[in-house]
Amino acid sequence: MSLDIVVKKGLDLRLVGKPSREIEESKFSKDFSIYPADFHGVYPKLLVKENELVKAGDPLFFDKNSERVKFVSPVSGKIKEIVRGERRKVLEIKIEADKNVSYRKIKKLNSEEPEKIIEFLLEYGLWTFVKQRPYDVIADPISKPKEIFISGFDSSPLSADYDFITKDDKESISKAISILSKLTSGSINISLRKESDSFLRELNDVIIHNVSGPHPSGNLSTIINRVSPINKGDVIWTLNLPDLVLIGKAFLELKFSAERIIALVGSSVSDPKYVKTLIGSDVSGLLNLKEKNSRIISGNVLTGTKLDSNAHLRYYNNEITAIPEGNDYDLFGWAKPMFDKFSVSRALTFSWLFPEKKYDLNTNTNGEHRAFVVTGSFEEVFPLDIYPMQILKACMYKDLDEMEALGMYEVSPEDFALTEFICVSKQPHQNIIREGLDLMKKEIG
Amino acid sequence: MSIKSKLHEIKESFKGKTMAPAFNAFHTFLYTPNDVTSSGTHIKVADDLKRTMNTVILSLVPCLIFGIFNAGYQHNLAIDAANGITTEASLLGNFLTFDNLMIGSLKVLPLVIVSYVVGLTVEFIFAVIKGHEVEEGYLVTGMLVPLIVPVDLPLWMLAVSVVFGVVIGKEVFGGTGMNILNPALTIRAFLFFAYPTWMSGDKVWVYDAVNRAGTPEAISGETILGMHAQNLSVQMYDYSDMFFGFIPGSIGETSKLLIILGALFLIFSKIGSWRIILSTLIGALVMGLIFNGVVEAGIITDSSKFYGLMSVPFWEHLLIGSILFGAVFMATDPVTAAQTNKGKWIYGFLIGFISIMIRVFNPAYPEGVFLAILLMNVFAPTIDHFVIQSNVKMRLNRLKLKTA
Repeated sequence: MSLDIVVKKGLDLRLVGKPSREIEESKFSKDFSIYPADFHGVYPKLLVKENELVKAGDPLFFDKNSERVKFVSPVSGKIKEIVRGERRKVLEIKIEADKNVSYRKIKKLNSEEPEKIIEFLLEYGLWTFVKQRPYDVIADPISKPKEIFISGFDSSPLSADYDFITKDDKESISKAISILSKLTSGSINISLRKESDSFLRELNDVIIHNVSGPHPSGNLSTIINRVSPINKGDVIWTLNLPDLVLIGKAFLELKFSAERIIALVGSSVSDPKYVKTLIGSDVSGLLNLKEKNSRIISGNVLTGTKLDSNAHLRYYNNEITAIPEGNDYDLFGWAKPMFDKFSVSRALTFSWLFPEKKYDLNTNTNGEHRAFVVTGSFEEVFPLDIYPMQILKACMYKDLDEMEALGMYEVSPEDFALTEFICVSKQPHQNIIREGLDLMKKEIG
Repeated sequence: MSIKSKLHEIKESFKGKTMAPAFNAFHTFLYTPNDVTSSGTHIKVADDLKRTMNTVILSLVPCLIFGIFNAGYQHNLAIDAANGITTEASLLGNFLTFDNLMIGSLKVLPLVIVSYVVGLTVEFIFAVIKGHEVEEGYLVTGMLVPLIVPVDLPLWMLAVSVVFGVVIGKEVFGGTGMNILNPALTIRAFLFFAYPTWMSGDKVWVYDAVNRAGTPEAISGETILGMHAQNLSVQMYDYSDMFFGFIPGSIGETSKLLIILGALFLIFSKIGSWRIILSTLIGALVMGLIFNGVVEAGIITDSSKFYGLMSVPFWEHLLIGSILFGAVFMATDPVTAAQTNKGKWIYGFLIGFISIMIRVFNPAYPEGVFLAILLMNVFAPTIDHFVIQSNVKMRLNRLKLKTA
């Protein structure tokens, strides 16, 4: 079955640095790192010590709040260092990888019972790929999802083309979907671009949503809001198509494969392309940067994580973006006509004249943080039937009743990336929403 | 060493100090800061609040320049009139003259300077005390204030009311973005209630009229609204005078043409809300139509003191008084207006509607725009509340459907 969804509100941001359609085998890097911060809300309890040897798929830590959720090593090797921060919080687990990866043997699952499947996913570190709404965190294994949504494309700027990076993984993806379909009484929903000719269209027993329109048409909140809006008490599980490959491989090959095809993109990258690498691996060697003063981001420019000089691919990301840092002053930058920067207004900014132009944007904030003043602009890029500014303000003054009434169960921080990008007052929308969700989870559960 | 790096060093030396906001206010005026994104999106749009405010100021500049010339023009016109000479307005002939410019500049620019200096000083003081950056809200307010006062207003009165308006109208609520009432209108309201004789009558609209009152050289200039309110004939002004603005009135509000150009610029640049502007004008026209209907039905006759303004053709209401200026530059203040798109329609409509109502029924001071906007400022959150409630109810109904 397939349904059409047309998204009208939003913004497609055209940036320099689209990857060429070739996949390169990356050089082996022996530095790997896993960052517990990638798993929002997880309180890591370590299962390994420094200098201990691990295999790929061996658990590194579990979540103190949900002890069955385990997080595994992407490679085999030696735990080189455990970096801790304030109050001994685990920040980073550094692993020195073996040249030849040895895998922890996965025991074949012969049952189709949901409990057994979930047990399997939890034990072998695959549960980390199943997220839930509300709150946009790793799903609670005992929750009963009314439906499962799989994001089949990413509409954010310079994102990896899921059709392209999963083109050879039909088998593992089909396997993963057939497994997932056992876990919900509802349907499996997959979002695809309307023009996509993905093999997913050949699958039975899934609902394909043909989405057209600008970003955030690829965000699952946008689809869920149209198809099956989340009410209080509902739970929906969400997954990303590239992660299905890893889940499917674990069932078929009986090993935890952390292999990802990622896009190296952005205006600072001299040869944007796709490479095959592993979760947590050091990508600084892969990047051919045009200039030193660049920011390396794991993920896209809207929601990604800033990386420091030893740049490791973060757990969930399918692209590494590099753009110039903007740490320079701009003479009368607030008054002069602006041609080379992007804007949604026409206040002496001229990007409206060049809708097809590709922009080379840097990380400058283009102004200082201010209180909310301008109204009416967020609605233009926000496709959910939710009042964006009002819900942000409700989060800021922590009014739980209002947050709930305005639709907090339906949103995730990434939905506010575009409003944050266009915010004249430079408010941190995604943080505000994340803190609001955390508060709700703590108070309401 | 370049200015850029020198200023950067000074900025670093101010870091964490009490006076940092004061220095930064000047520094960021010259240079957009070197701040980079730290969390959330790694890129940001080109616009900041300074650019937004600057756009509004740009749209006001034509009105200010026209106001300067008009101040001189009305002065000379009144002197001629006192001597029994009547002249027709002609743009190049007797309007854009050096004499008018000089008289106008001497009168108007001090108002602008006092408004900015006093208002920004208050803002700086509050920023330093509270330790936050100087916000840009006053840049527009400071420009609006001189445009909505009579030309003969004493400077000290302006200074007192600006202090009142910024402190009570804005800072006590938490500064830019937090205020309930439009600061520029709060300032005007304070002037109006504290010094009513300087805000209305037939003397204040023309430069020097107050000084000359009672002398042989006495001059006067009544606004068209004032004449209507007294049931006087306004034949001395034709529609083109009203449209182009060769009439007495507050400094910046007389030229409807330039206000419309400003409005188009604001709407095009997506800074001003076309919903509010349009709905305000619709509201005013509807009220005007109702009054015309009342007059036509014979309920109000020419013996009534309301007859003059009620019988003004409904569309002419947009040409006289400050309804157009209010709709374009005052009602659209995003902080004090309704913030939802539906709410903006309701909010604007009621402003226009009530403006004309007050205009007609308040002959002592025949202009209601600023009162109507202030009134609706107070009700804007309520309007938004009801608009948002429909969204909340939709969500609750969905939940009920599911559990049922």
